[in-house]
Amino acid sequence: MTLSFAILAGLTVGSAVAAMSLRNLVHCALGLVLTFAGLAGLYLQLNAEFVGFTQILVYVGAVAILIVFAILLTRGTEPANEPAAVSPWAGLPVAVLAFLAMAAAVLASPVDKRLAAPVPEVSVKTLGQKLMTDYVLPLEVLALLLTAAMLGAVIIAMKDKEDLQ
Amino acid sequence: MTPLSGYLLVSALLFCIGLAGALTRRNAIMVLIGIELMLNAANLNFIAFWRFSEHPETQTGLMFALFSIAIAAAEAAVGLALIITIYRHFRTANVDKVEAMKG
Repeated sequence: MTLSFAILAGLTVGSAVAAMSLRNLVHCALGLVLTFAGLAGLYLQLNAEFVGFTQILVYVGAVAILIVFAILLTRGTEPANEPAAVSPWAGLPVAVLAFLAMAAAVLASPVDKRLAAPVPEVSVKTLGQKLMTDYVLPLEVLALLLTAAMLGAVIIAMKDKEDLQ
Repeated sequence: MTPLSGYLLVSALLFCIGLAGALTRRNAIMVLIGIELMLNAANLNFIAFWRFSEHPETQTGLMFALFSIAIAAAEAAVGLALIITIYRHFRTANVDKVEAMKG
């Protein structure tokens, strides 16, 4: 385990805990940004440069801004003294059990002995060629999905005619 | 280089933090953030398994992660639009208080 991996993993997990446990929602959003940035660092460490920069562009750039806007648009009526979580005894044991099951499976599997192949030749050019040849149908479907999601989000969030009057 | 199990454990931890948040938080936005964390944990697994696969030059894991990021972005946009509409209708983003369809 290298030092850079330890720092990135600690940053990612620590800020994820902060994002899920802090009371102030804006602080939670900032913790989420840190988590996304740490994940982008982990992708870069795994030689997935393009995915790492996509992560920064999409998550740190777009999704985080969207979440901050949603937080600012929906706050104001929440009573301040209300507990932020339902009851920690409902969800925490489920999550801890899930983690223990996954960790036991990872540690018991022979996957750890696998060595990383030499750094593969992946450039934006080869990725683009793959996207335009082998993966062109999923790409087009995804373009359609994004258009539909964008239109749907606008229509769902649009004010009703009665509200406008 | 860090062994594969290190990345898998970080991903499992991230998934369970997101799961705990999605199960326990009251605010609908926080539930959505928990789901985003779980999606990101899955993406980390895709990239880690791609890097440690025998033929990384096929780029399958990278492609899956890219498509997954795009779909997660669409999901976040629609989900937040729904939460804003629910807030406008019920005057709250607390998932416990939205019980119009309770049987």
